[in-house]
Amino acid sequence: MTTETQADLSAEMATIAQDYTASVAAGAPVETRPRLDYPPYRSSILRHPTKSLHHADPEEVELWAPAFGPTDVDPLEADLTIQHGGEPIGERMVVTGRVLDGEGRPVRHQLVELWQANAAGRYVHKRDQHPAPVDPHFTGAGRCLTDGDGWYRFTTIKPGPYPWRNHRNAWRPAHLHFSLFGTEFTQRLVTQMYFPGDPLFDLDPIYQSIVDPAARDRLVATYDHTVTTHEWATGYRWDIVLTGSHRTVRESDVEHL
Amino acid sequence: MTSAAPTPGQTVGPFFHYALPYAGDRDLVPPGAPGAIRLHGRVTDGAGAPVPDALLEIWQADPSGAVPRAEGSLRRDGFTFTGFGRASTDRRGAYSFSTLTPGPTRPGAAPFFAVTVFARGQLDRLLTRAYLPAGSPGVDEQTLDADRLLASLPAERRSTLVATADGRGYVFDVRLQGDDETVFLAFDGRGASAGGD
Repeated sequence: MTTETQADLSAEMATIAQDYTASVAAGAPVETRPRLDYPPYRSSILRHPTKSLHHADPEEVELWAPAFGPTDVDPLEADLTIQHGGEPIGERMVVTGRVLDGEGRPVRHQLVELWQANAAGRYVHKRDQHPAPVDPHFTGAGRCLTDGDGWYRFTTIKPGPYPWRNHRNAWRPAHLHFSLFGTEFTQRLVTQMYFPGDPLFDLDPIYQSIVDPAARDRLVATYDHTVTTHEWATGYRWDIVLTGSHRTVRESDVEHL
Repeated sequence: MTSAAPTPGQTVGPFFHYALPYAGDRDLVPPGAPGAIRLHGRVTDGAGAPVPDALLEIWQADPSGAVPRAEGSLRRDGFTFTGFGRASTDRRGAYSFSTLTPGPTRPGAAPFFAVTVFARGQLDRLLTRAYLPAGSPGVDEQTLDADRLLASLPAERRSTLVATADGRGYVFDVRLQGDDETVFLAFDGRGASAGGD
């Protein structure tokens, strides 16, 4: 068990952030993805490639994504609150947004998968040992297809933050895990959506592995009162942009890993 | 042209197992079906230790080289080849797919499985390819030598992208780190200038 403190980790993260700010000020490109090599996330130390990603031109198969459709996903799978015969505990919420490509075009009829902890910060997963209650009415997994304009929509319960073992007193900000497919296989994305104003952001090495503040902010949903429904659920809006090989590459997209 | 800023990735984390795996995920065709082959291997970390909480996806052409357009990867009917599969690793870091041999998508092209790798501790998804080795249907050394990606790699790195035949199919190991680490790919023009830092 680690004896490293949050202060130790926070100091490491602050150094990386300062180095990044200085390098951008000196003309280095803005980074748009998490660093694969981000030592404050201890599990990444032996699991990040040490060699740079190799540029490849996509071949025919990579220029297409697998097709998903109504035979794959039941519309009821988008409601995580009705799967187990009773109302789950917690803040009911609707999360919705558009899936777009790098040119702003909607990603239509593609699969969106969602998984998350319950309101107490506990996953159904058997390896989750956090001694918070399991909710018998909540599994925390759902799916939907985007519609003809690229919209997805889930009804679920706001997850709680939870502890993990990266360092002593490490807590993850509340988040939803998202898995997305674009129109090309090169657009495949797994990411996490966070909630605005979370006090744990600055302390979390997974969130901070995206060293650019503007890029990081793109993982934070917006509370949207037009999505909130009367006497039923709060609403959050989160748009997702998938980029593959077709878009115009800008200087600001060049990154160092 | 307008251009939207990309949404960054994040690690798949340790708790995806009750959400992403599904019945039949790794069986693009039923094991034992006519033409079925096995694509399998292990995922290892920088210490050579197995990665028991990784998830691989494959996406491929059918044996004729056609890219599938059929839905049904999540609810397989047992007859439609969708070209997509997903497999989580076991305690030994091993994964396995039952599938068909991909064909060349154009005459002379080297056939491969497109592969996506996710794992706890891996901060973003990784993309790679598992090429069929020489001696596979329609593949010889010249086919592989003519492939643009393989030709651009030094021999020792190139070998990490070529599966080996094992009698029932192919073995493709994924090494996340180290001297023999798998070549991972960037498709958006960023990789070539990314440097080794």
